[in-house]
Amino acid sequence: MTRINLTLNGRAQHREVEPRQTLADFLRDGCDLTGTHLGCEHGACGACTVLIDGLPARSCIHLAVRADGCDVRSIEGLRDDPLTVLLRRHFHEAHALQCGYCTPGMLVTARDILRRFPAPDEATIRRELAGQICRCTGYVGIVEAIRRAGAELANQPS
Amino acid sequence: MKPPAFDYARPATLPEAFAALLGTEGAMALGGGQSLLPMLGLRVAAPSLLVDLARLPGLREVTETAARIRIGAGVTHAAIEDGVVADPSRGMLRRVAAGIAYRAVRNFGTIGGAVALADPAADWPACLLALDAVAIIAGPDGERRLPLEALLLGAYTTALEAGEILLGFDVPRLGAASRWGWCKLARKQGAYADSIGAVVLPGDGAPPRIVLGATTSRPALLPHAAAALARGEAGATLRDALLGDIEAAEPDADSYRRRCHLATVQRAIAQATSA
Ligand SMILES: Cc1cc2nc3c(=O)[nH]c(=O)nc-3n(C[C@H](O)[C@H](O)[C@H](O)COP(=O)(O)OP(=O)(O)OC[C@H]3O[C@@H](n4cnc5c(N)ncnc54)[C@H](O)[C@@H]3O)c2cc1C
Ligand code: FES
Ligand code: FES
Repeated sequence: MTRINLTLNGRAQHREVEPRQTLADFLRDGCDLTGTHLGCEHGACGACTVLIDGLPARSCIHLAVRADGCDVRSIEGLRDDPLTVLLRRHFHEAHALQCGYCTPGMLVTARDILRRFPAPDEATIRRELAGQICRCTGYVGIVEAIRRAGAELANQPS
Repeated sequence: MKPPAFDYARPATLPEAFAALLGTEGAMALGGGQSLLPMLGLRVAAPSLLVDLARLPGLREVTETAARIRIGAGVTHAAIEDGVVADPSRGMLRRVAAGIAYRAVRNFGTIGGAVALADPAADWPACLLALDAVAIIAGPDGERRLPLEALLLGAYTTALEAGEILLGFDVPRLGAASRWGWCKLARKQGAYADSIGAVVLPGDGAPPRIVLGATTSRPALLPHAAAALARGEAGATLRDALLGDIEAAEPDADSYRRRCHLATVQRAIAQATSA
């Protein structure tokens, strides 16, 4: 076992992990943060996407030992994040989820898209969402929700 | 899809890293982990020890001289995509980086890890070969330099010796008269390529470099096509030279793959030679 010190959803954590443990399993099994979902477990589907030091990361292909010294934020830690609150409302209104399995990764990725591309158009959103797989919605609602959230942001007086 | 058990070390210096890699049977280097972690989950890699290169000094550095820019092996695809590191290639590196995998993978995957793995379908080996880059390699006995064509030996095979670590790549600066073309054919945005065409016209009297990537082996320079292009050939003559070179680069390609390869290289040439 290896000792790691990290900030998880804003709180300092000191934990023992096995080197082979992925960050996703650490979050789900070690910390009871089951909002991080596992689909493919090899980096392809995006369900497990979390933030490491503010950057989207596939937690299924990231070792927990490497989170030592890092700031990790899972979907649970984005509850009051203003961008995520905005996105959640538009996901609701645009019917951007059905079963919800892909949604945590979608929200983390959507948030990153809005941070990198102000008021993104549909083509940009679709390109940037290529690594997030949804088996239910057909993507139309998800793309529309992100577009609307970006448009609302762009119209806000800063 | 769970990795097997292994030990983990995060050395702070190169000598410690060499000692760890050479001192333990079955030790492997860990770059961004974006290929190695899937390989561990699939159990196609089973290291006894992972030697994390993340804390080694200099691996994320970028240094510039008048003629070249050295890009550290630990620089991420996303850093190149965003242009936060200097680009010697007048936009080619940025363009290539943006087409690799997905942002969450690009945030951690490194240019050095991609070349060390030498996946035949990977983007960086083909791109760096077209740019005539030189790899800088460190081992317990010091540093050596290898041009990309000497480093890449075949599918998942490089000239790296046990214990050696890629430090970075020296990439020649393209001049104002240079042109490049890049065409990646993949099933979807971010997927591994079915075929890659990469063309660099240095524009300083140096011959064109035409590369076919995503063959079943290493990316290949296409010499006859490059010579034809240098002579100003186009149309059927250039096409015949390309077909010959593609046949040599991937003799077993079926007609569909040959067409894909021809298309990507022709598109890259068109991009590089268009006004
Ligand atoms: C879903 C998905 C899609 C992808 N799509 C693409 C794609 O379209 N195109 C593409 O090119 N790649 C793609 N990749 C791979 C990605 O680019 C990886 O980042 C890259 O192949 C490996 O880089 P890494 O730093 O993560 O290396 P790691 O996974 O850490 O290591 C890979 C190998 O290189 C060795 N290694 C790492 N660093 C060094 C070093 N400095 N010196 C010596 N040896 C070293 C390791 O021991 C290991 O054998 C994809 C990956 C995923 C998960
Ligand atoms: S579960 Fe991590 S990308 Fe699919
Ligand atoms: S809502 Fe079911 S997978 Fe996306």
